[in-house]
Amino acid sequence: MNGTTEQMTPEIRAFIEEWKSKPGNLIMVLHKVQQTYGYIPRDVAIETSKLLDVPLAKIYGVVTFYNFFKLQKAGKYIIQVCLGTACYLRGGDDVIKEFEKQLGIGVNGTTADGLFSIEAVRCIGCCGLAPAAVINGEVHGKLTTKDVAGIIAKYRELG
Amino acid sequence: MAYESYILVCGGTACFSGGGDKIIEEFKKQLADAGLTEKVQVVATGCLGFCEQGPIVKVLPQGTFYVQVKADDVKEIVNEHLIKGRVVQRLCYDPAQAKNHVAEANIPFYQKQYRIVLRNCGVIDPEKIEDYIARDGYKAIEKVLFEMTPEQVVEEILKSGLRGRGGAGFPTGMKWKFAQAQPKGQKYMVCNADEGDPGAYMDRSTLEGDPHSILEAMIIAGYAIGANKGYIYIRAEYPLAIHRLELAIKQAREYGLLGEKILGSEHDFDIELRLGAGAFVCGEETALLQSIEGNRGMPKPRPPFPAVKGLWGCPTVINNVETLANIPVIINKGADWFNKIGTATTKGTKVFALTGKVNNSGLIEVPMGTTLREIIFDIGGGIRGGHKFKAAQTGGPSGGIIPPQFLDTAIDFESLAKIGSIMGSGGLIVMDETDCVVDIAKFYLDFTVDESCGKCAPCRIGGRKLLNYLNKISEGRGVEDDIKQLEAISDSMCKASLCGLGQTASNPVKSTLRYFKDEYLEHINDKKCRSGKCSKLVQYKIDAEKCKGCTLCARKCPANAITGTVKQPHVIDTQKCIKCGACEAACKFGAISHG
Repeated sequence: MNGTTEQMTPEIRAFIEEWKSKPGNLIMVLHKVQQTYGYIPRDVAIETSKLLDVPLAKIYGVVTFYNFFKLQKAGKYIIQVCLGTACYLRGGDDVIKEFEKQLGIGVNGTTADGLFSIEAVRCIGCCGLAPAAVINGEVHGKLTTKDVAGIIAKYRELG
Repeated sequence: MAYESYILVCGGTACFSGGGDKIIEEFKKQLADAGLTEKVQVVATGCLGFCEQGPIVKVLPQGTFYVQVKADDVKEIVNEHLIKGRVVQRLCYDPAQAKNHVAEANIPFYQKQYRIVLRNCGVIDPEKIEDYIARDGYKAIEKVLFEMTPEQVVEEILKSGLRGRGGAGFPTGMKWKFAQAQPKGQKYMVCNADEGDPGAYMDRSTLEGDPHSILEAMIIAGYAIGANKGYIYIRAEYPLAIHRLELAIKQAREYGLLGEKILGSEHDFDIELRLGAGAFVCGEETALLQSIEGNRGMPKPRPPFPAVKGLWGCPTVINNVETLANIPVIINKGADWFNKIGTATTKGTKVFALTGKVNNSGLIEVPMGTTLREIIFDIGGGIRGGHKFKAAQTGGPSGGIIPPQFLDTAIDFESLAKIGSIMGSGGLIVMDETDCVVDIAKFYLDFTVDESCGKCAPCRIGGRKLLNYLNKISEGRGVEDDIKQLEAISDSMCKASLCGLGQTASNPVKSTLRYFKDEYLEHINDKKCRSGKCSKLVQYKIDAEKCKGCTLCARKCPANAITGTVKQPHVIDTQKCIKCGACEAACKFGAISHG
């Protein structure tokens, strides 16, 4: 793991309390955890296991099964480049390579300053804007490799 | 108070990220400045479908359709159109023909479409239940609860001929009938909104543009099968759709349309959202149920079918978003109205996400039986950049590639299956001659291998083997026997895999082999990729006529693959060449090319 320890927030505790009696609650709880921390911290997973009375192995089984859940903390800005079919055909692959080149990290990597991560994601449902990327919820469409430097600079300025 | 004019701003994801939110703000500001706030209403609607030309703004009652609108254009629309009554021609779809092309009905993109599922998308404000009710919303519930027995509802859906739009095309009425026939007790109604096909966004747009239609359909289904609890299983990647559904559920509860004793009847029904977490296999019914139960989404052998033994062991019906969106209309207008639309075996319409190398990307809805040619060339406006049509892919990673000779096939479940593809959930991706079929097959296999849950060996191992052979071929290491292997593994996966994912994963390979075998052979025998997509097969050549012998390329080459003496034409040793392209970029005389 990445060495940091995270405490479970009271908000998550309350959420677990609310969902505890509902069947099939594990995935919803994990969504809440990831929403709070940006990933599933080990300490919180252990705590969740106790509170929900679910084996830790099962929690990790679920977390590793689904693409959405992460075990590592990602950068402040997560650059999700769409590699759905439409984006792939219109050059999404080149766009992701350009991001990798400019940031000096690979897919699923995070820059040393903790500012950027790159992810390759499946269809984000913006095929009309192909190739597209989402950065912290903001969609950037009809990208070319030439746009990459400008986008990075924009977020770097925001800090 | 009634408004004199309405400004509809497309609130679909593509238009919104293209600046739709700023346009709405600007309209509100400009209208206030002009003192028109009382007379003109600004509405953020669901997806209007013409994503390629977004952001889109429509002005009612004239129906004027403005494309590629920017916040800076708003002032002009307010001044010219709303105050002076003059159409802003430069923002029309085809300024040269603005007089004829002003309204949506005159734009070729919309002419061959027929909207049932998307009837409210782009028309209503999806965040207002009143807007939905004003368009006959929740009328079907009244009819069902007070005028029909559950048996009659099932009978009506059976008679309509509606088939599941999630991909396989199983008759919806039959599914309901099986679940209805189960003994009374706990039953569940589930909506599958886990749209996993990479290259499709029909369900997203429907949920974002018309969330109440799905709730209404689920309440009807619940009444028909005797379920009082519904789940919508939706992708966590669709935050706007989740937000709109949560809002819709809240509004429906306030109106007494969800909860106990709906509209004073004896029927109770409530709906909860469950978020998916990114697993393509969860499109498979039994895997989806596992995921709702909070487990790893692994499929189970069928039978027992979910209609008999589903969620927590109780009878469960699972319908896809698009299927459900048809239900209220069928109840309102009757099965006989619905089953006149479409082909002999497949009734109604189909929504496609038309994307790829086509001029007008977007969300379209056409009657079943429309041909691919009409979709790609009339609605889609042909191939981008003057390229040639090579193939269309339907059904995403589970579907096949359709070559030009089948452009005139009338689309329905059967006709697509016959030519080696499937209807799928509605992704329709157009390819031109710059796309390589081996590369496409590899792209899809890469996806299914990654998404295979690993439970059954044919899918887990078969998919990986297929991918290995495809990699080998695309890297120029293929031999002719590999094709036989590809065919044999594909067949075994089809027959022996546990669920739909494995059974259909080889379709892209099978269909490309069936129609484009010559290209596979070219890769294998001639070590050539005609589109240049397979980078390892690309060959760099120096044109001896143009080469001046300046030695620049030889100095740039990191692999020392270029030799020659000063002022004499140079040569590339293709064995040593690593295809980095540095020489081509460096040459000042345009003597180096690749292909």
